[in-house]
Amino acid sequence: MKRRKFDMASAPGKAAVGVDERFQVATPLRRLLNKVFPDHWSFLLGEIALFSFIVLLLTGVFLTFFFEPSMTEVVYNGSYAPLRGTPMSAAYASSLDLSFDVRGGLIMRQMHHWSALLFMAAIVVHMLRIFFTGAFRKPRETNWIIGSLLFWVGFLAGFTGYSLPDDGLSGTGLRIASAIMLSIPVIGSWVTSSVFGGEFPGTIIISRFYIAHVLLIPALLVALISVHLGLVFKQKHTQWPGPGRTNGNVVGERMFPRYAIKQGGFFMVVFGVIALMGGLFQINPIWLFGPYEAWVVSAASQPDWYVMFLDGSTRLMPAWEINIPIGDGYVIPPLFWPTVVLPGILVGLSTLYPFLEARHLKDRKSHNLLQRPRDVPARTAVGAMAVSFFLVLTLSGANDVIADKFQISLNAMTWAGRVGLLVVPPLAYYITYRICLGLQQHDREVLAHGVETGIIKRLPDGRFVEVHQPLGTGDGHGELEYVGWVVPKKMNRLGALGPAIRGFFYPIEKPAEAPVSPGHPPVEPRPEREEIGSGESRR
Amino acid sequence: MSTQTEHQKVPRSRQSVDVQDPGLTRFDIVREGARRDDIEIVHYEQQVLPGTKAERRLTRTIASMFLLTGLAATAFLVVYIWWPWEYAPGRGGDKWYTPLLGITLGVALLGIGFGILTWGKKLLPKEVSIQDRHEGAVAADDRIITGQTMLYMADELGVKRRPLLGISLLAGLAPVGAVAAAPLVGGLISDPHKNNQMFTTGFAPAEGGEKVRLVREDGRPVRPADISAGGQITVFPGIDHGVSNRHADSPTLLIHLRDSDAQESRRANERVGHGDYMWGNYAAFSKICTHAGCPASLYEQQTNRLLCPCHQSQFLITDNARPIFGPASRRLPQLPIEVDAEGYFVAKSDYTETVGPDFWERP
Repeated sequence: MKRRKFDMASAPGKAAVGVDERFQVATPLRRLLNKVFPDHWSFLLGEIALFSFIVLLLTGVFLTFFFEPSMTEVVYNGSYAPLRGTPMSAAYASSLDLSFDVRGGLIMRQMHHWSALLFMAAIVVHMLRIFFTGAFRKPRETNWIIGSLLFWVGFLAGFTGYSLPDDGLSGTGLRIASAIMLSIPVIGSWVTSSVFGGEFPGTIIISRFYIAHVLLIPALLVALISVHLGLVFKQKHTQWPGPGRTNGNVVGERMFPRYAIKQGGFFMVVFGVIALMGGLFQINPIWLFGPYEAWVVSAASQPDWYVMFLDGSTRLMPAWEINIPIGDGYVIPPLFWPTVVLPGILVGLSTLYPFLEARHLKDRKSHNLLQRPRDVPARTAVGAMAVSFFLVLTLSGANDVIADKFQISLNAMTWAGRVGLLVVPPLAYYITYRICLGLQQHDREVLAHGVETGIIKRLPDGRFVEVHQPLGTGDGHGELEYVGWVVPKKMNRLGALGPAIRGFFYPIEKPAEAPVSPGHPPVEPRPEREEIGSGESRR
Repeated sequence: MSTQTEHQKVPRSRQSVDVQDPGLTRFDIVREGARRDDIEIVHYEQQVLPGTKAERRLTRTIASMFLLTGLAATAFLVVYIWWPWEYAPGRGGDKWYTPLLGITLGVALLGIGFGILTWGKKLLPKEVSIQDRHEGAVAADDRIITGQTMLYMADELGVKRRPLLGISLLAGLAPVGAVAAAPLVGGLISDPHKNNQMFTTGFAPAEGGEKVRLVREDGRPVRPADISAGGQITVFPGIDHGVSNRHADSPTLLIHLRDSDAQESRRANERVGHGDYMWGNYAAFSKICTHAGCPASLYEQQTNRLLCPCHQSQFLITDNARPIFGPASRRLPQLPIEVDAEGYFVAKSDYTETVGPDFWERP
């Protein structure tokens, strides 16, 4: 039989042609490979959230192989000696088994928990970046709304997740959640009874939370994340202003290969950091809390960090009960306001913010260039206000621990929180506003008068003046207009120090170029600048 | 604006190139592809020149990171398989199992991560490309065409001319929507007032009127002598599953007050018509916080205050467990108690106020 010659070298090309003949992918693939992404360190915060979500999915699937979402009472007989013989729910027993009797189960559990915390943290920090740089403005309002939804859905995912082990701490959280549902006027008791399948705790809540946590909520998260990324792709990323950058273009690198490779590497780094945290830092040691028993609680029972602000608002709420004297009388408990109304307002305000701001400024244009926070003092100050509001609440969520560690009266901490919640945000607004104005003014000053050189000159009349290096071409003042990006304020930003020598132990041959601004590679080689001497003074 | 002027300096080549031309380099074709996507590669610069010391150095660094990954991953496997992992009390080697897995896995992933990052950041050429956004580039024509097409489709359906169709469709579909929702709502909904469950606890006397004993966590009934003055214990209804989460509303704090405090308590009790709720110097209050349902379990003997550790509501036991600080707005309900013929504490009746967190129809 004659053997046909098989040309290995042309095989991939032939296969590619075959694929294209069937699916016509060449053009869309070229577009994908070529897509230009702007680059800045702050653009990778959202990616941390995305990558931790992937780790969440991976570790979560592992956990489902061993977790038993059932509240059937069993007697623990596993390896962890201190709890042996204790009656507990099957959910708690299987969580203990995951930690002690499944090889490598504990690191998976801890990685899952750490990546959940990281997921929420990355979402928050990413949203702060979006907010303070104005990236939420038209045309990206939809993505802002999806982002805030992602926070709240992630919040639900976290809460349903850490309730599953049915340990002493999470059971207390569940009890509070049932009380929160109960506090809703008119329908509260019906909602609670329907969710728990009867009176708290019932026998079904863990199974319901389980299916919500492993199917419904993740499906919603995946859907929201897909739309989110799709929109980023479609609308193209925002970019900082800078040389060559306009509202109508994107300046950066093509997606492949460099950008994509950096993303892949960054994913591995995030994954690695989560693995280190999961292995080295203990998180949620459920075996110390014991099974949930309605009559047991310990001091310093704190939820995960992203729930703490609600815990804080609950602690700070004065005992204002509203009685409605109709018929037998009805009541709106104080718990309703900080746990149902406050989150409701927060969701509403955060989702509507882009529209509120656009309406206030009568701004209907599309914006693809970011703003430096200092250039929009009002928004930055509002953001600082929101952050300080959140911080006061979060700290109040730990006020018993703070009182204990710093030997402060617990009641004083509560009052400090109550007063702080009203006083700190406006203060933060004012201070931030002034700081923004100050920074703006300094930018303008440098543009008008030049960069301080550190060279002191004595004038004939005896005065001392510092020599400034003008940034404009001539020595006329106010030549340069502020265009919304970094103004060099140090001489080494202008190349005065000479390039830094690269290399760890010994220098590499090619000296590095001094960056014009961090994160902004020069579009073209900069013209040579003349050496700066102690030449003319500015008057 | 200066951004504009700088922008203009960049030369723009918009001529198309014949990609079949054999004289073209690969990069020429790449550039042409970019041009077709409205991308201009304005700056493309090798960071390290081929064959230089710098390149060899970087290659070595990256390769060593990849090799480190292999090493760490192998170490992970070794630890996973051979390290003693089963839990043993004390400070055995098993306590190092999870940290070692974390370190080896972390180093493996970081190695590959930083390797790839260095490869991308240091070895690949740096570039600056400019792509047009084409925002608002949809021609007004397209908007008109799409809009008119959709309106035309609506016309063809003729809902306007034949309103009966639309109305009947809506009327037909509305119940279908309800059909989808009904099993979900109907299956989940559960009457909160079934068996009067929100207003009763495990201390409700049995059908025959037999009073329920107060028992400890291990099920033993409690005698007055079991608690010293100023002390307190948690008690449960002495019924089946009384000490379990099935009766999550029932845990009760039985407190033996000191003489002076007991007198004060009795006076306070009489003021609210609870004159006979105490037995001697003993008083029993629900342990379930009226705020959010946590066990209000931190009892401060000196001040007779009960603190809920969840949200720091504080209740003054000697004044009917009145809330004196924090977010709770309602007293802890008091359980009327007495001692039965055998000398054990029993509940005279169930709680006379609603136990647990507040809700709309509570009064």
